Amino acid sequence: MPSRALRHIPIFLAGIAALALCTALSLALGARSVPLSTVTDALFGDAHGRDALVVTGLRLPRTVIGLAVGAALGVAGAVAQGITRNPLASPTTLGINAGAGFAVVVAIFALKLNSPAEYVWFAFAGATGAAVFAQALARRAGDIDAVRLALGGTVLQLVLLSWTSAVMLMNQRTLDEARFWLAGSLTGRTLDVLWPVLPTLLLGLVVALAVSPALNALALGDDSAQALGVPVARIRLAGGIAVVLLAGSAVAVAGPVAFIGLAAPHLVRPLLGGDHRLLVPGCLIAGPLLLLAADVLGRMVIRPSELEVGIVTAFLGAPLLALLARRVAR
Amino acid sequence: MTATANQLSTQGLDLRYGDRLVVGELDLTLPGGAVTAIVGPNACGKSTLLRGLSRLLAPAAGTVTLDGSDIHRMSARTLALRMGLLPQQPVTPEAITVEALVRLGRYPHQRLLSPWSAADQKAVDEALERTGTAALRDHPVDRLSGGQRQRAWIALALAQDTELLLLDEPTTFLDLRHQLDVLDLVAALHAEAGRTVVMVLHDLGQAARYADHMVVLKDGRLAAAGAPADVLDAELVKSVFDVDCRVIPDPETGTPLVVPMSRGARRGREPERAEARRAEHGRGLDPG
Repeated sequence: MPSRALRHIPIFLAGIAALALCTALSLALGARSVPLSTVTDALFGDAHGRDALVVTGLRLPRTVIGLAVGAALGVAGAVAQGITRNPLASPTTLGINAGAGFAVVVAIFALKLNSPAEYVWFAFAGATGAAVFAQALARRAGDIDAVRLALGGTVLQLVLLSWTSAVMLMNQRTLDEARFWLAGSLTGRTLDVLWPVLPTLLLGLVVALAVSPALNALALGDDSAQALGVPVARIRLAGGIAVVLLAGSAVAVAGPVAFIGLAAPHLVRPLLGGDHRLLVPGCLIAGPLLLLAADVLGRMVIRPSELEVGIVTAFLGAPLLALLARRVAR
Repeated sequence: MTATANQLSTQGLDLRYGDRLVVGELDLTLPGGAVTAIVGPNACGKSTLLRGLSRLLAPAAGTVTLDGSDIHRMSARTLALRMGLLPQQPVTPEAITVEALVRLGRYPHQRLLSPWSAADQKAVDEALERTGTAALRDHPVDRLSGGQRQRAWIALALAQDTELLLLDEPTTFLDLRHQLDVLDLVAALHAEAGRTVVMVLHDLGQAARYADHMVVLKDGRLAAAGAPADVLDAELVKSVFDVDCRVIPDPETGTPLVVPMSRGARRGREPERAEARRAEHGRGLDPG
């Protein structure tokens, strides 16, 4: 209904404004702070010099990658929670990020890969494997049990993380190659890293938007959804593919960045409600907002050095998971 | 049988959970344009049968047909346009309002890019009105009382606008007042809106009062089917529920009313029952 849809426009506009602010901060702040006027000159004018170079050469790719990765993880989280009907589900808690990370590290070790463009297919394979395995763990009497899913996924994540460490320790080169990538980082990447995953990222996004009306019916339980004409198994499969495409693309570019996918839907729901037709686009804004904010924070806390964004999000996300788990278990 | 009589029937239907046969070799016809109650003791397969009739459970053998066509050969959406279902324990999404819940009933009528239409809104408003939940439309469903919540869920099934409505124990967990509210609502849907209703019920008296047709199951088999007045008698209750009773005309409605024998009377029959049980197991009455 139009009047209802209109009610949400100010919230979307506020979200976009906040995202624009974070984008500006991400371009301006860091070990070397650049005035915003110089940022604008560097982007749109013809400013030269060290400041301009920092902005266009380093911070612009970093920010664009942050926007893409944040959007992918945020939307993946919303869809993961929708298809599992589980507020604790996310690419992190289902072990999908860790699965992608493990597959990439094995590929770095065994096949001597060294660029994220080559990682991407391994990331998809690992993400798929972990998603399927987490589902299998959670299956009881033909149904997916919500608590078992989150628990199984978290255990799976721990196992995969330990295997990942083991593979890295086998070989110095793998360790060097994978360490920064694995911490979840936006630094030291050029936009060339983003282009190869852009098609899969967009495809995942389109599928996520397409299944979002069905996710509303799925929220009523499988029986009700089926009675409303939702092909439940097919929608789950499509949603699962979207999650794997989005999370796999994000991990290939930035490594496993934890908790963005978990937090974004929980940030959006109180503002826009549980309607997935709003939630998914909302997470498209909230995901990059959270990721860029965490990245900027990581640059500020130990200046002139910086923390990888994955460490910041893990640090802030863990208490959030504890809080949500308490609420769900209540 | 006309083409759109909304008549559900089963032919040699077997329903299984894993290895366990829950409903076996069921040949059943549920008359269109009527209210049918499915009754039987706990674990007799009533809810399983409803799942089979609504395509939630695929038959291990046999078929379920709606006006002659196999429901398992229809698309999910085609069936959803003809048959609505209220499951026994539906999931209420967190913080959803009554109106948002009822709007989901329009799902099968919508396409990906088609906007919410005036017809959709009309169906939702009517469903809210008919179930007496219009005043609650902006309330969160998870804060409603059990009776209000059940009416909101029935409103969802109404907004789906199907001629056939399946209800799985719609009165469970409700007190008497709200049980009657829900059953009166069902009766009104049938009488005023011409809906065909199939519901699983626990209470035999309520089933007899509110149903035109009764299906009695025992151990997954058909024990009896027909109009309550023809089907429900002391013999049937004894054989299906193992309860001695009298069946008298309901003083209010004249429909059959099951009155269990007093405890003393049932006790008095205990030796008789034990004897019958022994006879059934083919043992001698007295070894001496």
